[in-house]
Amino acid sequence: MNRTERIAALKAAAKTRILILDGAWGAMIQRKGLTEADFRGERFKHHTVQLKGDNDILCLTRPDVIAELHDAYFAAGADISETNTFSSTVIAQADYALEGAVRDINLAGARIARAAADRWTERTPDKPRFVAGSIGPLNRMLSMSSDVNDPGARSVTFDQVYDAYLEQVRALHEGGVDLFLIETITDTLNCKAAIKAILDLEDEGYEPLPIWISGTITDRSGRTLSGQTVEAFWNSVKHARPFAIGLNCALGAELMRPHIAELARLTDTLVAAYPNAGLPNAFGEYDETPDQTGCMLHEWAESGLVNILGGCCGTTPDHIAHVAEAVRGLAPRQVPERGKALRLAGLEPFELA
Amino acid sequence: MRPLFVNIGERTNVTGSARFRKLVADGDYPAALAVARQQVEAGAQVIDVNMDEGLLDSKRAMTTFLNLIAAEPDIARVPIMIDSSKWEVIEAGLKCVQGKAIVNSISLKEGEAKFFDQARACLRYGAAVVVMAFDEQGQADTARRKVEICERAYHLLTEKIGFPAEDIIFDPNIFAVATGIEEHDNYAVDFIEATRLIKQILPYARVSGGVSNVSFSFRGNEPVRRAIHSVFLYHAVAAGMDMGIVNAGDLPLYDDIDPPLREAVEDVILNRRPKAGGSATERLVDLAPTYKGAKGQDKGPDLAWRSAPVAQRLTHALVHGITEFIEADTEEARLAAQRPLHVIEGPLMDGMNVVGDLFGAGKMFLPQVVKSARVMKQAVAWLMPFMEAEKEGAPRRAAGRILMATVKGDVHDIGKNIVGVVLQCNNYEVIDLGVMVPCDRILDEALAHKVDIVGLSGLITPSLDEMVFVAGEMERRGFAIPLLIGGATTSRTHTAVKIEPAYRRGSTTYVQDASRAVSVVSGLLSPSERDRHQAATRDEYVRIREQFARSQEVKARASLAQARVSRFSIDWSDYEPPRPGFVGARAFGPYDLADLARHIDWTPFFASWELVGRFPAILDDDVVGKAARDLYADARAMLDRIIAERWFEARGVAGFWPANADGDDIVLYTDDSRGTELARLFTLRQQMAKGEGKANLALADFVAPVGVKPDYVGAFAVTAGHGELEVAKRFRDAGDDYSAILATALADRLAEAFAEALHRKVRTELWGYAPDERFDIDALVTERYRGIRPAPGYPAQPDHTEKATLFRLLDAEANTGMGLTESFAMTPPASVSGLYFAHPQAHYFGVGKIDRDQVADYARRKGWDLATAERWLAPILNYDPARVREAAA
Repeated sequence: MNRTERIAALKAAAKTRILILDGAWGAMIQRKGLTEADFRGERFKHHTVQLKGDNDILCLTRPDVIAELHDAYFAAGADISETNTFSSTVIAQADYALEGAVRDINLAGARIARAAADRWTERTPDKPRFVAGSIGPLNRMLSMSSDVNDPGARSVTFDQVYDAYLEQVRALHEGGVDLFLIETITDTLNCKAAIKAILDLEDEGYEPLPIWISGTITDRSGRTLSGQTVEAFWNSVKHARPFAIGLNCALGAELMRPHIAELARLTDTLVAAYPNAGLPNAFGEYDETPDQTGCMLHEWAESGLVNILGGCCGTTPDHIAHVAEAVRGLAPRQVPERGKALRLAGLEPFELA
Repeated sequence: MRPLFVNIGERTNVTGSARFRKLVADGDYPAALAVARQQVEAGAQVIDVNMDEGLLDSKRAMTTFLNLIAAEPDIARVPIMIDSSKWEVIEAGLKCVQGKAIVNSISLKEGEAKFFDQARACLRYGAAVVVMAFDEQGQADTARRKVEICERAYHLLTEKIGFPAEDIIFDPNIFAVATGIEEHDNYAVDFIEATRLIKQILPYARVSGGVSNVSFSFRGNEPVRRAIHSVFLYHAVAAGMDMGIVNAGDLPLYDDIDPPLREAVEDVILNRRPKAGGSATERLVDLAPTYKGAKGQDKGPDLAWRSAPVAQRLTHALVHGITEFIEADTEEARLAAQRPLHVIEGPLMDGMNVVGDLFGAGKMFLPQVVKSARVMKQAVAWLMPFMEAEKEGAPRRAAGRILMATVKGDVHDIGKNIVGVVLQCNNYEVIDLGVMVPCDRILDEALAHKVDIVGLSGLITPSLDEMVFVAGEMERRGFAIPLLIGGATTSRTHTAVKIEPAYRRGSTTYVQDASRAVSVVSGLLSPSERDRHQAATRDEYVRIREQFARSQEVKARASLAQARVSRFSIDWSDYEPPRPGFVGARAFGPYDLADLARHIDWTPFFASWELVGRFPAILDDDVVGKAARDLYADARAMLDRIIAERWFEARGVAGFWPANADGDDIVLYTDDSRGTELARLFTLRQQMAKGEGKANLALADFVAPVGVKPDYVGAFAVTAGHGELEVAKRFRDAGDDYSAILATALADRLAEAFAEALHRKVRTELWGYAPDERFDIDALVTERYRGIRPAPGYPAQPDHTEKATLFRLLDAEANTGMGLTESFAMTPPASVSGLYFAHPQAHYFGVGKIDRDQVADYARRKGWDLATAERWLAPILNYDPARVREAAA
């Protein structure tokens, strides 16, 4: 299958069943007990900054570990696995003084995932596997002040964020991802810079790929970190004509449900969710067991809320296996028609129907 | 379709506001932000930000200001309109807003290539666009040119680059009229006509404009400019203008404009020859100076009262409902008083006495009194901490303590809340137990708080029975304190005949409306007057009972058999019942509140505040006009917020089923084969003796009988009340009963409007038997259309229990989140349900009193025993079941 055929297969599969995304990466990598030397590999042996903790660099220095994790999630039943490139932008990699390696990390991350997915597709041709290029948030936000004494101050400009994302999505595209996943969005303006970068790729002659946008509701207030309600968030990003819209991280399934239900009602595209395994305990660990997660997400599927499910922090291949099992055979959410209306947003939605 | 007009705040525009320009030029951004905040608070749903000024670094000012706004949640909640004639300033703005903004503007001025580039960028940044009617030849002035350019731009955008039509807003250029240049005279008409056409031929596109341009030649005469804006908008909005850049919250109501001025302005706007001759412009120019600064309109609120002594200021604030200075004034009074309590007992009560006197004299009206109460509450809240800090402080002595509750099974409380506020204004302590309060709890709390009076309220007829029960329980448990009865279905007769006899030990009094509450309560609690009052009431009720008994004997009734013979007979042979678009139930929601708002019938809204008169004439009423206007302005302002901030959610469901009449029942079938009975609706027949040729009606008469022709009936349940309780509570907790009651009353109106809107949709689309019906709010209000929507519990079918069938058919709980209490009151309170009948001769009627033969027949049909039927039909029985049983025994 070439990419055009894979995208067609992805869209066709989404019509017939609930698709499964993989689970957490950070904790799984931690379990491997890798050392500073593993992170550095040959290439960064003499790098002046400590690299342990920069999981994305493993795409270059321990590709075997990354491939193994893709395999573990595909084996658990995932249809889609994400590239290990959550922080692979010049802005995020600046913490490790690795701005120069960003393009290589994204290319390698995409290729490792591509190879794993293709191996599994060959093994189970009736269940083709897909690669989502992971585009994470930044530690610098465009809508939030960087200085408590100056609410107008910003530590980064839109153009800088846009350039950083443009470099990342160009490399992910060249590396062979099937779709883009802008995830864990804490600031919608950062996300809009990423969207613009992706849409502008078209002008450079790149084939358009589906876009999946996944925001983060940070707490019970029901708002994003930058203050938007779920509906305002949707109104602000729907110009991307996303393949899927959804939420991930910060909340477990129980607290995420009302916001997913809201998206399911509002949006005329696929709805995706990958919650954390509950809320962290006093030690920062997640206690929700795979069958608990499976049980809750089963109810979401039964209620017709979702088209794509997966896991975020604290979830493991075992969690994903339980989720896949729990929703097997259940119909995906029917994408509703939504009447045309002028829909705008500030922190809150505006609609003139 | 005419949706509500969207206000775009104009004060954050350096080209339109000298003050804002100066603030930005001086770098005083905190003050500039305050301007933005004031716009949002005044009701702007979008704010326009423009930094186009030669001496400013516009790009930098735009970035700075938008980044600052992002840090202010109460401003940033609304979308931004990024306004500049320079694309690089617009782009700088787009890089600062996380929400979806409107770009104002792009145009074909510099050709298609540039137009496409900018539109494509808007697509990728995610913004709606204002497209100016401006092309390579210049700015369009005639209606034809405006429409031509907009049409061309629309097709280029939607067809060439896939721009969503719903994200296109046209600005067909508002130019100044009455400039003295004849070619300008038709400019307003050109805009209005272009708007009408654009809305017709370019689907989903919107029309906007900068309104203040139109009055440019009257610079310096703000009252006349505002009148011009108001009249212009009145006509432009009617033609389909969706939004405009205006000073939100600063326009007079069209109806409020002094008629001679309004006529002169109208002639100018519509380019008409004045009746008196001459030119429209000359006439307005002549008239304008007389309005300049008239009645202090230009000077803002008159603050002369601020120089009076503090006691007078408190009275002024209470009488006029002004909260702005109340805390400072109360504090000043406290510092001058020996004890904080003395402020309440002294100047504040004196002020409330003035309010009470004005109210009693018919010079103030309920909405104003409730606003006074809000001021009073804030003053008391200010004093509370000081009173609590006073260890030896004796508690404030109220004139009496009154417990109030809406009885079990009932959820309506507007009237009760108004009475509570009025009593509090008169220094009574009110303990309000809320709605759906069971009898035991009412009486337990009454004992626990040692109250002086118990007041019961209810809106639906089953509540009448519950009140009789509470009265009986008061008797049984040995109460002797007065009992008050109030609420929409209660009456003096019912109180006298049913409730008062159940409670012998204490007195029972019917309170017709809130204005009477104070005099009734003070009479009942006055040591010297009490006995005389109670005796007078008892005598009156004895007389009413006797009258009632006499009236019972003389009212002749037709037997059920006779009544059925004189049924309302429709000639079915020349009538083809229309088939609805679908069979079964379909949910609608969340329904657009803005659409509902235009269906509102305001007359009952004023009635709920005891302001009697038809809307809009009531606004000009010599007596209550001022109160009505103020109330209406507050209601419109709140309505705008309800819509913009989605305080309420409107959800509804409608359904249709194959149906035929079977005697007085209506049988509903599962499908068009009419083989399986899905449900049975029971109807009641009039039994009053009617003259020759007059029918004894039942709703079943409006449906074709079994075997005659396939017919259909529909049903609906709608609510606008999701959220109303929370909103009302929030206001009440903040000491603002006025807004709480206003919000509840508006929720009720929206629910009624929803029922109207849905019925219209049924007639024109869903059932579709009147597809060409025109939208006309007056026609809706006066019910000049085909088909009816009677509700169970109302005169045409007084049996509330039929709602259970309705709710089951509609799956109303799942579809709308509505529920039924044990008395079949609907929750949330702002809800409406009913049946649909389509026959052209279907009409509303009242069943009136019915006799024992029909009650027995109805009981058999419903599967009830006679006593159950008599209980549910109690309000319409033509006999006293107890007496009939006694007679039989």
